[in-house]
Amino acid sequence: MIDKTCASLERAVADIHDGATVMIGGFGNAGMPSALIDALIAHGARELTIVNNNAGNGDTGLAALIKEKRVRKIVCSFPRQADSWHFDALYRAGDIELELTPQGNLAERIRAAGAGIGGFFTPTGYGTLLAEGKETRVIDGRHYVFETPIHADFALIKALRGDRWGNLVYRKTARNFGPIMAMAAQTTIAQVVEIVPLGELDPEAIVTPGIFVQRVVKEAA
Amino acid sequence: MSTRYTRDQMAQRVAQDIPEGAYVNLGIGLPTKVANYLPPEREVFLHSENGLLGMGPAPAPGEEDEDLINAGKQPVTLLTGGAYFHHADSFAMMRGGHLDICVLGAFQVSHAGDLANWHTGAPDAIPAVGGAMDLAIGAKQVFVMMEHQTKTGESKVVERCTYPLTGIGCVSRLYTDLAVLDVTPAGLRVREMAPGLTLADLQAVTAAPLLPPID
Repeated sequence: MIDKTCASLERAVADIHDGATVMIGGFGNAGMPSALIDALIAHGARELTIVNNNAGNGDTGLAALIKEKRVRKIVCSFPRQADSWHFDALYRAGDIELELTPQGNLAERIRAAGAGIGGFFTPTGYGTLLAEGKETRVIDGRHYVFETPIHADFALIKALRGDRWGNLVYRKTARNFGPIMAMAAQTTIAQVVEIVPLGELDPEAIVTPGIFVQRVVKEAA
Repeated sequence: MSTRYTRDQMAQRVAQDIPEGAYVNLGIGLPTKVANYLPPEREVFLHSENGLLGMGPAPAPGEEDEDLINAGKQPVTLLTGGAYFHHADSFAMMRGGHLDICVLGAFQVSHAGDLANWHTGAPDAIPAVGGAMDLAIGAKQVFVMMEHQTKTGESKVVERCTYPLTGIGCVSRLYTDLAVLDVTPAGLRVREMAPGLTLADLQAVTAAPLLPPID
């Protein structure tokens, strides 16, 4: 019997190694898998490359991981916010590397990795600082910039419900990067509010099919 | 003596140019105010980059849901008929040319419609771009709302942007506290001016050549 459910958060993140590239779902705190991040902090992996839209809000979740100096590099679109103080301090001290990418390019680069696409030409960012040094092409009279896929060793995402095959449904705008990050990582670990019996999720409404998910863990016992 | 449009009047003016049935993204800050002036009987689909169409107003106090937020990470509501989707779909709506209008703030706009609104380029600034570059090149029409001048009186309407660019030639129409300007192949054409303002007055505070309104 296939059972992707994991008995504990601790076990779910136990093989995340030093230096791993880890995608973390969420837009601000909506969809952020905070229970998995807390388990990752306790687990102790260091020198991580993190892919997220932001660079932490307040003192919890991704912000806590950054504060604990576990992050070597962050790939994101919008690091600077009113409450991104832990990132700001490390960035100004030169203790964290930033790869800034327009949000739509970030999403499409993640999706491309998941879909086996070797890169794509996008009009976003053409002629700006964020396209400097990148290949460009004129297609049908319009300027495009070449962007490469972002692969990850692990994706930590948050969903509302999951089953033992790894099928997931999300809640409202907490969906955001979850479905595409699940596709782009070697190992996707989904934190869910509830694990339901197989067959209980409406097949017409499943957002992430289980093929993209390796582990499902309940966020609170 | 001329008057300036207030920020609410600017928002009200932009709202007049958003027709029923339009798919619209309102940027963070001043553009968010435009929603307050869309008449309730006019059906307009508000898009938020973090994955919703049919965005409604802020919830009543106590009704906030941390899983239902807008691009500014403020709590919002979903209108009946609204939908949620993931980030790649949300940005396909922009980049794929499916949004009719986006409304953005700006540091500078050039007479050719170049937009600078994401980064001052200051050495100590931490750069953050979010969805600005995707919106700038994606929406069918890009409306910009900004004060005509900086706090120190310099024109934000310029020959050439000195701040780092967000997009090239992407702005369609500019709403300032002094005027409404259209970006045309011939240059910036004045559409409306604040009451009491002459074209000469407006040109005197604008660092790019202006074409007179067409009657």
